[in-house]
Amino acid sequence: MNSDFIKRSISASAIWLFIVFELIFFTIAGKYLSLSSGGFMDASNMLLLLKQSAPIGIIAVGMTLIMVNGNIDLSVGAVFAIAGIILLDSLSWGIFSGLGDWVIVASCLVALAAGTLLGALNGLIVWRTGVDAFIVTLGSMLGYRGLVFMFNGENPTSNLNWTLVDIAEARFLGIHTATWVFGLTVLVVWLITRYTVHGRNAYAIGDNRNAAVNAGIRVGPHMLINFALIGFLAALSAVVFYAESGSVNPNDGMLYELWVITAVVLGGTKLAGGSGSIIGTLGGVIAIQLLRTGLGYIGADTSTVNLVIGLILIVVLFIDRQLNVKGAQELKV
Amino acid sequence: MANTARQKILTVVGNHGILIAFVMFMLVFALASPKFLSFENLQSVVRSSAILGVMALGVTFVVISGNLDLSVGSMMSFSTIVVLDLHDKLGPTLAIPTMYLMTLGLGGTIGFLVGYLKLNSLIVTLGMLSAIHGLTLTYSGGKNMDIDDKSGTWFSFFGQGEILGLPVPIILFIALAAFLGILLAKTPFGRKVYAVGGNATAASFSGIPRARTVFNCYLISAFCVATAGLLQASRSMGSQNTVGQGLELEVLAAVILGGASLLGGSGTILKTVIGVLILGFIQNGLLLIGWPFYIQYVITWIIIILAVWLDISVKRGKFWATV
Repeated sequence: MNSDFIKRSISASAIWLFIVFELIFFTIAGKYLSLSSGGFMDASNMLLLLKQSAPIGIIAVGMTLIMVNGNIDLSVGAVFAIAGIILLDSLSWGIFSGLGDWVIVASCLVALAAGTLLGALNGLIVWRTGVDAFIVTLGSMLGYRGLVFMFNGENPTSNLNWTLVDIAEARFLGIHTATWVFGLTVLVVWLITRYTVHGRNAYAIGDNRNAAVNAGIRVGPHMLINFALIGFLAALSAVVFYAESGSVNPNDGMLYELWVITAVVLGGTKLAGGSGSIIGTLGGVIAIQLLRTGLGYIGADTSTVNLVIGLILIVVLFIDRQLNVKGAQELKV
Repeated sequence: MANTARQKILTVVGNHGILIAFVMFMLVFALASPKFLSFENLQSVVRSSAILGVMALGVTFVVISGNLDLSVGSMMSFSTIVVLDLHDKLGPTLAIPTMYLMTLGLGGTIGFLVGYLKLNSLIVTLGMLSAIHGLTLTYSGGKNMDIDDKSGTWFSFFGQGEILGLPVPIILFIALAAFLGILLAKTPFGRKVYAVGGNATAASFSGIPRARTVFNCYLISAFCVATAGLLQASRSMGSQNTVGQGLELEVLAAVILGGASLLGGSGTILKTVIGVLILGFIQNGLLLIGWPFYIQYVITWIIIILAVWLDISVKRGKFWATV
């Protein structure tokens, strides 16, 4: 029980303590401030909360692996929008016309493939040119957004497929489809980070890139896989989200990258790479959604949510630096 | 021999790549559209890039000092909303300095967190992006701001006025660029900014106050943002709460295009101005030859990556990264 262990336990469980604090706070505050008669912690409210956190959460899981690897991806919002458009547009493509309801499967596959390709393109550029991921994805954030506009100009792309909506609104065992997908994503990527060579190498590269290279790890391919994975997850997030809403605005997904990074950082992942966990990110995503829902529940408006999340992010960073020596030295994107 | 000649060409192309690209762009568009090089058109491009440009000047300081500023977009919304609101309450003479003070206060807060508390600038300014956006919404109550009596005030001078036939935004942009350019290139403070960004540890050991230098860079950035907010408010005389949303990344794109390294220690004001103008001319040129505005995003993407790639290739002497 040295102090290092205690410090690590504190930082690992901090986000969950914060979630418990939020739950208690909003339950008590809600008794006095809320206009609704239902309690904050009733089951349907919590299930809805999980469902609402799915789109950001699915991308955040991928971002965790990217950041553990020592990179960052700013283009996820644009990939999200492209995948959404492709999903809805391909539902009415001529080549799928004979498929009946199976068109949904085909469309989802096309959208996921597109997302994976765009992510892999980022990874390939980062790998082969050696340009910093921040710059590469800052560029492709603009470039991919340009592609979004090429589909339909400034008009929204709409296509409501009722079977798809039914699937999206289905509740298997009482839990929403979106939550199932989110949970499955967390599980699979958690297994990847814990039990695969790729996962372990991703941590090694993020922790000390030169050492990893000297140990014979091929850095490039691992980065490529991670970027392809986050592209896939951004598309998966779009599939989950647009299956229900059925309409994509060309500006959709803007600032998603910032929300996602906020959730990942709250979950304890270091920008400098080498440390962070999927479970921590899950906590970060839930904490943010709790804050949004809770502040809405006690009657605060969106402006307060932005203000509070921004301040919390800075406070967490400050506490983390005090607890963690490595955090003090980190920086330089 | 051949190898050194090739090395030399690479170095020249690398050092002046952005200028070469700029000239090539101008040539292509000038050939494609005769209107492109007319004085009116050049003037309109510079005028419409002025707001982005003024913000990019300040961010250049922050980037050279080795940090990032993602909060400039929402800070610009803040100063625009504040100055429009105060205009009707206090009158323009008091509103403008008050707005500058409030914006500098925000910049000082970031400077304190990043400089003195040594927190990661990316996350701090990400948090401030969100927090300032919330502050703006709280301040305005979510409503759009408008000046009541639009014709009875001299406030429109900054965004719409002219001096000797030149639009005021252009004059302000040039004046600020000249002043900050000299500050960065010719003064001890400018040297310190490069030193801190180039190697913070070495700078500290040489007795350069890292914290104060970084703090001052964020103050300069906030000053530029306030000026951009003033231009924006004065040009449109009314504004939404989200007027600056997303600008932070466009500004950063212009600065990177100008050749400043995100690792700090390199970049100049002149190069940033060229980066801003390239973005402006791409946008304008594409519109003149009749292409939709979103093509510029794709082209900006390609140019940014090529520019930085070229820069890196020259430094390592090879086009492709090894690992």
